[in-house]
Amino acid sequence: MRRSVVPVLTVVGFLLVFWYAAAVWLNAPWAYNKAQRAGETLSFSQVVADTWSQKKPKLPAPHQVVKEVWETTAQKAVTSKRSLIYHSGVTLSATLLGFVLGTGLGILLAVGIVYNRTMDMSVMPWVIASQTIPILAIAPMIIVVLNAVGISGLLPKAMISMYLSFFPVVVGMVKGLRSPEAMQLDQMRTWHASKGQTFWKLRLPSSMPYLFTSLKIAMAASLVGAIVGELPTGAVAGLGARLLAGSYYGQTVQIWSALVMAAVLAACLVGIIGVLQRVMLRRMGMG
Amino acid sequence: MGWIFFAAAAWALGWLLNVWLARQPVTWWSSLAAPVIFGVTLLAVWEGMVRGFEINQVLLPAPTAIAARIGTSADLLWADFAQTVLKGALSGYVIGCGAAFVIAVAVDRFPFLQRGLLPVGNFVAALPVIGMAPILVMWFGFDWQSKAAVVVVMVFFPMLVNTVQGLQAADAMQKDLMRTYAAGYWRTLLKLRLPSAMPFIFNGLKIGTTLALIGAIVAEFFGSPIVGMGFRISTSVGQLTLDLVWAEIFVAALAGSAFYGLMALAEQRVTFWHPSQRN
Repeated sequence: MRRSVVPVLTVVGFLLVFWYAAAVWLNAPWAYNKAQRAGETLSFSQVVADTWSQKKPKLPAPHQVVKEVWETTAQKAVTSKRSLIYHSGVTLSATLLGFVLGTGLGILLAVGIVYNRTMDMSVMPWVIASQTIPILAIAPMIIVVLNAVGISGLLPKAMISMYLSFFPVVVGMVKGLRSPEAMQLDQMRTWHASKGQTFWKLRLPSSMPYLFTSLKIAMAASLVGAIVGELPTGAVAGLGARLLAGSYYGQTVQIWSALVMAAVLAACLVGIIGVLQRVMLRRMGMG
Repeated sequence: MGWIFFAAAAWALGWLLNVWLARQPVTWWSSLAAPVIFGVTLLAVWEGMVRGFEINQVLLPAPTAIAARIGTSADLLWADFAQTVLKGALSGYVIGCGAAFVIAVAVDRFPFLQRGLLPVGNFVAALPVIGMAPILVMWFGFDWQSKAAVVVVMVFFPMLVNTVQGLQAADAMQKDLMRTYAAGYWRTLLKLRLPSAMPFIFNGLKIGTTLALIGAIVAEFFGSPIVGMGFRISTSVGQLTLDLVWAEIFVAALAGSAFYGLMALAEQRVTFWHPSQRN
């Protein structure tokens, strides 16, 4: 773990340098254009300074994005429509609801598939096929249709998150519930354990490492679902709405700050599951 | 009432058939027939429900209506397919996976870079990269180039992480054997390390297929010429011609499954030696 701190920092540093250089390269034409119209000639350092501080740059420099994030999180009231915390909250609630629904559905399906041969043969291939359908493409329709039936707000977005997050859970749990070896299952049989006891005392505990790995993927997918689910609602609230509004008005700094917030959110959510995983598995004697 | 009864009967019949199939010894055709029967059952139930409960065709078209729509607007669907899948998704997929592969092989020579890149790559692969779409549409314009760019960004990191991990898969004993054969870096790479990396590489390629389609379609929500699957979906939703939307979804699902299936087939051919491919 500690061994990789220096290399990671090097790579991140390299990326930052690359970002600043790209900002100069992409924004320079506009700077030259402005100078030409004002009848000035620019020295190289002037160009660099200008490209890093434009109002609507093609690629904002990292410090501009950080400044925007700081202004829209720490310096705005949480209830304000311009606060990124407010928008993150909207997205977060849809993400979490979808995640919980998806995890529940995924575990139920997995139990069915493991215990019922018919389901294993007929449903499992469709679970896999369901993910080759670009569900995000249907997001607009799901939201419009559910709106027409009178379901609006959180639930339609959560449904999209659910669809994206149930798949990794099903696959992981099926693998996990089948992970006990024949020897262990035989042992349960010699103890005359019932089906329920075998499930609660052997299969479920041994599936936990698989479950947590799947949950991390499911959480990331759920966030993507919530963000895309916010696009067709017409930019009302949420990080997806910020992205859309930013792209309508050419507010690149706003887009990037919403992206950074989404990244932070994803990192936090996945991190929390990681911590839970470590604590839980250690308590169960598997860590 | 008749149609609801039809739906219930179709469900019962399909399920009983599958229960019977599951009791038989497994052959290749029964493992293929079971999911097909399940799919047909679902379609029949859908048709029966829509007709039985007289659900408005605007909200949820029946499968037969969608099929009719696919028949009448085949030209339109083909034009959208060519624009989004052939131009946008495929070119982006090839560029993204190719670039990730080359960079992974290059990085592999430097353990320092490798240790730094893997965690960063893993982190970025978990981010909602799709959010880059509006920015890339701004940079590369409305046509398919911007869609390809979104696809490149989306498939790049999963592919990179998988390839870097795959190149570490060959174990020390095998590398030692190559050394005793006096094999140089390139020979070892070609004969040992790339083949043993193939299961990982194909994992990345398979993840990339769905991501590529999603990326190309969602990018069109942020601006596109007046052709393309994402464009058609978002405008048709606005006009409430949902049968056309479902037709597009059908095409997308078909393209996605075919793309994935192709990769899975290639994987079977290339990594026939791997335990997961042997029965």
